[in-house]
Amino acid sequence: MTWSLPELPWLPAAEEFRERCRAVDPASSGADSELRRLANHTLDINQLSQLARLLGRCEAAGNALKTLGTVRLALLGNGTLSLLAPAIRATGLRHGLRVEVLEAPFGAVAQEALDAQSTVSQWKPDLALLAIDHRALPLIESIDNPGQSENGVVDSLSLIQTLRTNLRENAGAASIVQTVPSVPAALFGSFDAALPGTLGRAIDGFNRELADSIGASGDLLFDVASLAATVGLDRWHDSANWNHGKLPFDPHLTPLYADHLCRLLAAYRGKSRKVLVLDLDNTLWGGVIGDDGLEGIALGNGSALGEAFLSVQQMALRLRQRGIVLAVSSKNDEARALEPFRSHPEMLLHENHIACFQANWEDKATNIRAIAEELSLGLDSFVFLDDNPAERALVRRFLPQVAVPELPADPSQYASTIWAAGYFEAIAYSSEDGKRADDYQANASRRKLEGAAGDLDGYLRSLKMKIHFAPFDDPGRARISQLINKSNQFNLTTRRYSEVDVSDMQRQAGIFTLQVRLADMFGDNGMICVIVCRAEGSIWEIDTWLMSCRVLKRRVEEAVLQEIVTQARQAGIKTVVGRYIPTERNGMVREHYKTLGFDLVEQSDGGESVWRLDVASTADKSLPMQVIREGFTPVILDSAAAE
Amino acid sequence: MGRGEVYERLKKIFLDVFDSETEIGDRTTAADVEGWDSLSHIRLILAVEKEFRVRFAASEVGMLKNVGELVGLITAKAGS
Repeated sequence: MTWSLPELPWLPAAEEFRERCRAVDPASSGADSELRRLANHTLDINQLSQLARLLGRCEAAGNALKTLGTVRLALLGNGTLSLLAPAIRATGLRHGLRVEVLEAPFGAVAQEALDAQSTVSQWKPDLALLAIDHRALPLIESIDNPGQSENGVVDSLSLIQTLRTNLRENAGAASIVQTVPSVPAALFGSFDAALPGTLGRAIDGFNRELADSIGASGDLLFDVASLAATVGLDRWHDSANWNHGKLPFDPHLTPLYADHLCRLLAAYRGKSRKVLVLDLDNTLWGGVIGDDGLEGIALGNGSALGEAFLSVQQMALRLRQRGIVLAVSSKNDEARALEPFRSHPEMLLHENHIACFQANWEDKATNIRAIAEELSLGLDSFVFLDDNPAERALVRRFLPQVAVPELPADPSQYASTIWAAGYFEAIAYSSEDGKRADDYQANASRRKLEGAAGDLDGYLRSLKMKIHFAPFDDPGRARISQLINKSNQFNLTTRRYSEVDVSDMQRQAGIFTLQVRLADMFGDNGMICVIVCRAEGSIWEIDTWLMSCRVLKRRVEEAVLQEIVTQARQAGIKTVVGRYIPTERNGMVREHYKTLGFDLVEQSDGGESVWRLDVASTADKSLPMQVIREGFTPVILDSAAAE
Repeated sequence: MGRGEVYERLKKIFLDVFDSETEIGDRTTAADVEGWDSLSHIRLILAVEKEFRVRFAASEVGMLKNVGELVGLITAKAGS
């Protein structure tokens, strides 16, 4: 099979797809995982439509599809969107999402965005896609008066800005804005790029400024220009289908477009991948280390094969630098497997880049599960790269949450396959993200120490932890909403709030917020906990309590509670109320409030429970960490700091 | 490629596009197949293009009156 981007070559081919769709019982409890499984194949537009119809049957049967996240997406654009809607719904399943789609009437972009009573505004989507291309923007060519062309860029940007502002105000939605693909119709030829006032330069200018306008706006950028360029502009633009059906681009590219869009939706919901698990033999180097030995494996400059594997290592290293955690799972003797990492001069990856190294003869599903446990990360954040189709099939079968890319026969294309699959899509980046790979590694060292340490408190004191409390603020906002949208396990209520909501909480009276950071002798863990309390009379109800699982078993929960109680006391609050809402993922915190000394008030049949704590009768404890507070008004004296 | 073979492959496409078991023949028109509207017509053409590795011009797609004409177009294109 040839490697063809529009066919999503990182996905396995679908066999007997129609039959498998028909075999799904829409009302069954396993329907959601079967939907995801079906979506994880290379599907054309008709197969996506079939899957979308099946999803519709599940919804009609009242199936809650509990393991899927939900996104409400409004589509607004200047072309035909009807082909897109089912493709997005089906593709969303691949990314763990049930996407509800509302299609704005054809050509009614401005009316829908500007009118608070419009269908879109009333529907209250989470996100609104502005699928607008050069045909609907006042981008003009004016080579005799380039100023006019520049004005056209300004007008185009302000048009988009008006839509974004109004969608936020009227619909409460964040916008997804698209860059505009160039039009391969140069007036002079190459000279167009050098001549002010050409359409090509207007489009470039528009794209650059549109990208610059994203910043902390809370809106998302969909770089369609880059996608179109990657596919090829000649392929992308399809004037026959535009003239005939107002299709904005070659409809055969719809599955690829939908996958790129759904990556953004998944990132918005905190569902991006975080870990890359690598096989060794014939994945990181050519040959088998156990058979071919250090001199026999192909790696490094000088041979085509060696360079191909070098490019795989470059890809992994580049991902690690932006915070993706690397791990190894290989069927090997550990000593042999480590040899290239220690002694091969061309190895780019070293032992200290790998957070978790599993070389043994266990099956790979077991190994990957062990890696997930060691790193305290969910399997749905894993990508597994292996040249061996049998290993890939095994992992897909036993660990369907793990993304397992198909690989072409030629190792030269391994790296480009991973890049094309876009597993690690992110919609924001902070330097804290970049350090994440180091954090997980430090964590692995910590855990080893823990095994050795006799008494837990002694070990915790040896970590020299500093816990830092502050209310929500502007610099922390992106990370706060990121945590709110991606934390599943240590999350008492799993309530999701957008960046806009978080920004509102900063200002709203009657809301108490905490962002918590933790540093220790191994490094800075960054923000590890978010708290939102809502006041009602003399009661604070904890609306949101979530924590990073990285800092479990370190008495951080107790320190956070102590802070809530301290602040509650200052605010004249008598009672703190906690609530646990069970989900598929948060069973680990079922006893959270009980463990912390709260009393059970009520428990529903569904497992939801409400707990209360009397502020006056809660005494301060001595905890093995130093407390630092910042940004609270009025300033609270640091009286509770222990040790 | 003979019309018989085209029909065999076209039947599978109709199943995928329309979820419909309707028997198709030369005289079948959009009115005979449930769900055959302008939108699913685009999806039908896309599926045909993919299956038979052909490309249709917009004008050709617009002129088709029944399945027989579609099959004629496919044999003409795929045969050459």
